[in-house]
Amino acid sequence: MTEPLLEVRDLTVEFRSGGAWHPAVRNVDLSIAPRETLAVVGESGSGKSVTALAVMGLVPAPAGRIAAGSSIRLSGRELVGLGERELDRVRGDRVAMIFQEPMTALNPTMTVGEQVAESVRAHRGLGAQAARREALRVLDLVKVPSAARRMDDYPHQFSGGMRQRVMIAMALACHPAVLLADEPTTALDVTIQAQVLSLVEDLKREHGLGVLFITHNLGVVALIADRVAVMYAGEVVETAPAAELFETPRHPYTEALLASMPRVDRDVGALEPIQGNVPSIREIGPGCAFAPRCAHAQARCRESRPRLEPEGAARSVRCWLRTASP
Amino acid sequence: MSAPAAVLPARGWTRRFRANPTSWLGVALIAAVVLAALLASTIWPLDPLEQNVAERLMAPTAAHPLGTDTFGRDVLARLLHAARISLLIGAFSIALAMTIGSAIGIAAGYLGGWFDAAVTSLLDVLLSFPTLLLGLMVVAMLGPSMGNLVIAIAITELAPFARVARAPTITLKGRDFVEAGRALGFSDLRLVVVHIIPNLLSEVVVVASLWLATAIRTEASLSFIGLGVKPPTATWGGMIREGFENILDAPWLALAPSLAILVTVLGLNLLGDGLRDAIDPRARRD
Repeated sequence: MTEPLLEVRDLTVEFRSGGAWHPAVRNVDLSIAPRETLAVVGESGSGKSVTALAVMGLVPAPAGRIAAGSSIRLSGRELVGLGERELDRVRGDRVAMIFQEPMTALNPTMTVGEQVAESVRAHRGLGAQAARREALRVLDLVKVPSAARRMDDYPHQFSGGMRQRVMIAMALACHPAVLLADEPTTALDVTIQAQVLSLVEDLKREHGLGVLFITHNLGVVALIADRVAVMYAGEVVETAPAAELFETPRHPYTEALLASMPRVDRDVGALEPIQGNVPSIREIGPGCAFAPRCAHAQARCRESRPRLEPEGAARSVRCWLRTASP
Repeated sequence: MSAPAAVLPARGWTRRFRANPTSWLGVALIAAVVLAALLASTIWPLDPLEQNVAERLMAPTAAHPLGTDTFGRDVLARLLHAARISLLIGAFSIALAMTIGSAIGIAAGYLGGWFDAAVTSLLDVLLSFPTLLLGLMVVAMLGPSMGNLVIAIAITELAPFARVARAPTITLKGRDFVEAGRALGFSDLRLVVVHIIPNLLSEVVVVASLWLATAIRTEASLSFIGLGVKPPTATWGGMIREGFENILDAPWLALAPSLAILVTVLGLNLLGDGLRDAIDPRARRD
């Protein structure tokens, strides 16, 4: 296996609520290799976005903090504990992020070209002319049609899909090693979604990017992911190569998630929603976080918390039913 | 998606501004006053300081369309030259108040926490003083001179600018593009300069146009009570004060500068209202 670009070890992110710290993300391990897309899937509130924010060093202080013992390594360099100034140099330059809402993630008072140029200038210290040329190059790269003319337009003159391309251009302007995408296609039409996904795919291949793709859309996962990490209530409950995950889900939560998804390739009579909700970070007991909603839960599931145990070379699962002999 | 009204000018505001006849009236009045100030010597080439005791307190005639004052000086020439001083003091003090006030407001809104709380309380203290009283205190402390007058008027108008800049900063700070900028590694300074200031500039400019009128009034009031620009330099407030002594014999002495102030303040208010109506959708009538 190649050296991972991004390696997250034992990441715990806590938020203060009512005078006590509660972990929103607990002991998360992730790694991304060059030219690899890791999809992080899970329901709302499962800690996907918080994980991405932690990688960016954007956990909002003072309400939130990364707990001691957490490690986030980017190309071998530890990011946890870096000062704000050093993080500013890493963000956008080595690791960049694109957001869910392309409508509001662009500044309405600046032309698209200026905004892309600004992200180049922030890190490269280029002059206005050079930054503009670089902006044009990147806009061409993300296939904004007639970029030379359109770069002087304002965001409101762009469609949603084009704005998302601009966002990607801003993120890629400084050739980051890792791209974090937080549900970048959720707000887009299905056809535009496909275009943006294939763009990310092309960029990944051509530039050796590692992509962390956060989504709750399993269809998108099937389309683009090499590996998948399933998150539930702040924990990674299962990781597997994408194809294997869809074929043989090991964790009961993954099974339930797949059963609740409409599929055209299989004759499923009815969708099965998962009963109940993701527990609040204040309500998690000593046992497995999924136990209250799990159809197979046993006594020990409610008493002690399972660990994420490797299964074979490429998979791991956090479940007593799988780790102990059945 | 519609943007929060307070933060972003709705599109097409120039069109709405142009479609509003009262904003045009404001523009016309201000343009007239500014032109008169700029071309004072060309329009009426008499010396505003030249005294002629033989011709004191003359009623308006062809040679002196607005009459003469107690020293026999031509009132029209004084009025035109006073426009320069009044506009300059107003403009400089507003520029100063806008720069420093907005900077304070942006810093408070952006940094938040105890700093914000402290600044907001101080601004409340500042706001609790009537403008004139505060200006009077500052001039009394610094001594009357043109520079001190500018500083005094600027201090009286810091708080409104700080408030107007602070509120949208708080909204903008939470907007996605600011967060996205942070994710791109922008420093706080860069975020403020690139993403926050351009988005609140329109609001600050509207406030500036409205408070410029107040600045001119404050200048006139301070000059009226003798704490403004020193005689013999002509200012509108000073002229009213001098004319006041002869209000029964020569009412034009006080009337002419009063009307000048009225026209200027009216023009600025119409202009400011027009800008505000055009930019802020909440205040729009359509």
